[in-house]
Amino acid sequence: MEFEPVIGLEVHVQLKTKSKLFCSCATEFGAAPNSQVCPVCLGHPGVLPVLNKQALDYAVLCGLALNCSISKFSKFDRKNYFYPDLPKNYQVSQFDKPICGKGKITFLINGNEKTIGITRAHLEEDAGKLVHSETGAESGVDFNRTGIPLLEIVSEPDLRTPEEAYMYLHMIKNIIEYLGVSDCNMEEGSLRCDANVSIRPKGQEKFGTKVEIKNMNSFRNVQKALAYELERQEDEILGGGIIVQETRLWDADKNQTFSMRTKEEAHDYRYFPEPDLVPVKLDENYIKSLENQLPELPFDRMNRFTKEYTLTGYDAQVLTSSREIADYYEECANLTDDYKAVSNWVQSELLREINEKKISIKESKVTPSKLTDMLKLIQKGVISGKIAKIVFHEIMRSGKDAEQIVKEKGLVQISNPDELKNIVEKVIKDNKKIVDDYKGGKEKSFMFLVGQVMKATQGKANPQLVTKMLKEAIG
Amino acid sequence: MSLYSKTAVELIGLLNKKEISSRDIVSSVFQRIEQVDTKINAFIYTDKENALKKADEIDKKRVNAEPLGLLGGVPVVLKSNLCCFTWPVSCASKILKGYNCAYTATSVEKLLREDAVPIGYANMDEFAMGSSCENSAFGVTRNPWNTDCIPGGSSGGSAAAVAADETILALGSDTGGSIRQPASLCGVVGLKPTYGRVSRFGLVAYASSLDQIGTLTKTVADNALLLKVISGHDCSDSTSIDRKVPDYPAYLNNSIKGLKIGIPKEYFVDGMDNEVEESVKKSIKTFEGQGAVPVEISLPHTDYAVACYYIIATAEASANLARFDGIRYGARSPQAENLIDLYEKTKSDGFGQEVKRRILLGTYVLSSGYYEAYYKKAQKVRTLIKNDFDTVFKKVDCILTPTSPTPAFKIGEKTNDPLKMYLSDIFTISLNLAGLPGISIPGGFTQSGLPIGMQLAGRPFEEEVILNAAYSFEKNTLFHTTKPTLS
Amino acid sequence: MSFTEKDVDYVANLSRISLSDEEKKNFTVQLEQILKYVEKLNRLNTDNIEPTAHILPVSNVFRDDVAKICPTTRFAVEQSALLVDGLFGVPRVI
Ligand SMILES: [Mg+2]
Ligand SMILES: [Zn+2]
Repeated sequence: MEFEPVIGLEVHVQLKTKSKLFCSCATEFGAAPNSQVCPVCLGHPGVLPVLNKQALDYAVLCGLALNCSISKFSKFDRKNYFYPDLPKNYQVSQFDKPICGKGKITFLINGNEKTIGITRAHLEEDAGKLVHSETGAESGVDFNRTGIPLLEIVSEPDLRTPEEAYMYLHMIKNIIEYLGVSDCNMEEGSLRCDANVSIRPKGQEKFGTKVEIKNMNSFRNVQKALAYELERQEDEILGGGIIVQETRLWDADKNQTFSMRTKEEAHDYRYFPEPDLVPVKLDENYIKSLENQLPELPFDRMNRFTKEYTLTGYDAQVLTSSREIADYYEECANLTDDYKAVSNWVQSELLREINEKKISIKESKVTPSKLTDMLKLIQKGVISGKIAKIVFHEIMRSGKDAEQIVKEKGLVQISNPDELKNIVEKVIKDNKKIVDDYKGGKEKSFMFLVGQVMKATQGKANPQLVTKMLKEAIG
Repeated sequence: MSLYSKTAVELIGLLNKKEISSRDIVSSVFQRIEQVDTKINAFIYTDKENALKKADEIDKKRVNAEPLGLLGGVPVVLKSNLCCFTWPVSCASKILKGYNCAYTATSVEKLLREDAVPIGYANMDEFAMGSSCENSAFGVTRNPWNTDCIPGGSSGGSAAAVAADETILALGSDTGGSIRQPASLCGVVGLKPTYGRVSRFGLVAYASSLDQIGTLTKTVADNALLLKVISGHDCSDSTSIDRKVPDYPAYLNNSIKGLKIGIPKEYFVDGMDNEVEESVKKSIKTFEGQGAVPVEISLPHTDYAVACYYIIATAEASANLARFDGIRYGARSPQAENLIDLYEKTKSDGFGQEVKRRILLGTYVLSSGYYEAYYKKAQKVRTLIKNDFDTVFKKVDCILTPTSPTPAFKIGEKTNDPLKMYLSDIFTISLNLAGLPGISIPGGFTQSGLPIGMQLAGRPFEEEVILNAAYSFEKNTLFHTTKPTLS
Repeated sequence: MSFTEKDVDYVANLSRISLSDEEKKNFTVQLEQILKYVEKLNRLNTDNIEPTAHILPVSNVFRDDVAKICPTTRFAVEQSALLVDGLFGVPRVI
């Protein structure tokens, strides 16, 4: 029997407001435990919430970017359950009137377009963080995170493979980063993902029993957990078993999901309208004004890049994977018309360097004009591609202009045959056997000879010229 | 006459004439508390030291001719569900044992800004759940008119303290009648403002869509003054309304000639106490004597109010009270072995019977499968009840009803019959459901000498209309001048 | 709908309140009585009636996104009966 996976994702994105959703506490990551709390977010008796306007704007902006319908009327509800990270023992969330309704996103997977439906996106307050000590009898709760605005984005069960889930997450992250409304950092928890997975015999309409997977702290882990879980479910069914509706946790060390095995909990959240908050009514003008704030989004930008800069889909995808990279690329593309070369340099050297140094592209000393100036030196034949790498790293280090570096370090390409003549002759003389090999038909030997000339000139010799002179000399 | 037995308006007059000092008033009130509170048990907590300190500061300001607030030196007791920084707000519950407020309620902040002197916390039904002040972890409060009787609830301590001259002014809260019913049973003036008139920030929530802070005083004039101080928009309460606060005292002397007073026929039903009914009928005559026009009206959904209320209020309460789990503040069960145990032991030890009963009921009406049948249904009936009032207020300016179907009953009389207890709020509950302002004023006495209260309800944000009518009535009657004998 | 001890158990568990046998017995009787009383609402036809969640027609109450330092953070945190290294102590979870 062949099975079809059915996957839906719930993504929680922390919105990057200065203050919390319902109180004025700061939202900075990494503060001392319980230092960014107040009576309101600690759920002290008698406190009341007041909605942060910026969080609402961000939520609507995200909704628009995810092609969601924006609700003219939305409201907040209380979701009731007990857990120590939830100070009021209810979470202020949205139940039947979320701010963002149905939407969809499109991304490329293996060169093909895939569109995934968004069921809804709603605003809610984040919970605190539980800290488990290895030995002690107690766990501890830090409420700094409590009340930070979250946008919960729920996908339709449209995803069919773990890889699609991975790409979907990337696109969500991409879009939200483009909007600049969240750090989307899975390690710091500003983006979190839970998955609902089931399988069904191919061709069957009805969904199978779904399992919820939690505790995945990277996109790769989501992909791995889904792959594991799909296999587990298939084995279970083929072995004559049944799938139990449950929550399973991903263990990244053991590479497997395992059942939470808690005492059977009634999931009866008793949602009801939050009486302490009034409804939100949004008019056309407001929605328009946010629409006007939307930047060009990654998928559109990618398509434009492929056309405007004649890039491959893959290259355009990498270059638009963050707004900063895409902005950088476009700035370069305004300064040169060698789009392909820029694309190569950005994707290889630049991205590698900033990843290694853990800096942002804006912090890099290789500005678009410095990079394109350097590329022009290659074009003009002043330096070779190989030398350019040296120059690049020197710009990266010192921030000096390419031209200055070339001058100071004497890296100008040797394109004068007179300067190379003696060297070429010496290489032929010192490598008699290899020259004979080449003459006997061993093509590889020729490259060795070129290498020897390059070595002798510290890489400065013009490779085309060297090839030409060697061939002439050997005859 | 001792200072403690005077009204705020009288005291402010004397203060302005420099005949007395704020310290004199505060000392006098504390002397009274020390003298009679063993009999009444209106107070859970007093802060004499800080009260006197504050009085001295105000006196100093007065001597230096610095500007003084509207309540310069007048003592106020707070209901035990209003937060005042560092005070042990308890809601008369064991579960808040050890908790000291980490902030101050907006209403209390406003009192302080107008130089009132908070003197302590009044007893109440635990978490404002009750109509008799018997549901308190701090013992029952007794009615100053007859200490075998309950003072009403849940703001029973506030009402009793005013009636017994243990304070000049009091704040209470009213979710289903919790200010008006005890005011009625203790023979004082109690007003529940329009929902949204007074900020709820710092009022420990019982039922958020119904709760409102209000005023308990000896006279209508005092009430108007106190209401003026605590009213107004607050950025910390999304449900407080941004609307100008009228100068309530300035409206009191208006004529009520031609004022149309609705008399709802549904409020004169079987089972109502005869003496209460008689006294309301007499009051109608009194109003007529001043030129007001009684109009018979109908509020057809009156009979559904109690049912509607107990669903909505308990549902909200079940969520509001979930936070009392011992982790961040308050009592924490020391014997808990695991997390669930901690929740269960803390709550089971900390909450009294009535609170548990309401949490269970509220949880039930929201639970899966029952939400539509109970909670949603009640919300719809709430709409019908509100519509009743909207219709009627097109014809009349205010509505006159008894406040409570009976005068104060004996302590213990209804404790084993919660439903019977719930029905004692039958005349007050509708106003909370509709969000309307209501005031209870002394309207007579029973043969056995227990006070009978009269309720006037008004249109939203028309507190000045009912205060004006109440003042007119008060001027023409002597009920408010009679005091309980507390020998 | 009849209300049984099983219902009491269910809501007691949901609300994290443990009840003595006597409480269970009393609450079953009392809640059943109250629920029977509120059944009277079913006499009303409410098919076309909007539910009221807020009594006043207010919407769109917001605050500006300004972070403020709370002057009583420490005092508020120290209300806890059990603080461990600045964290609120709870019985070990997971
Ligand atoms: Mg959620
Ligand atoms: Zn806060």
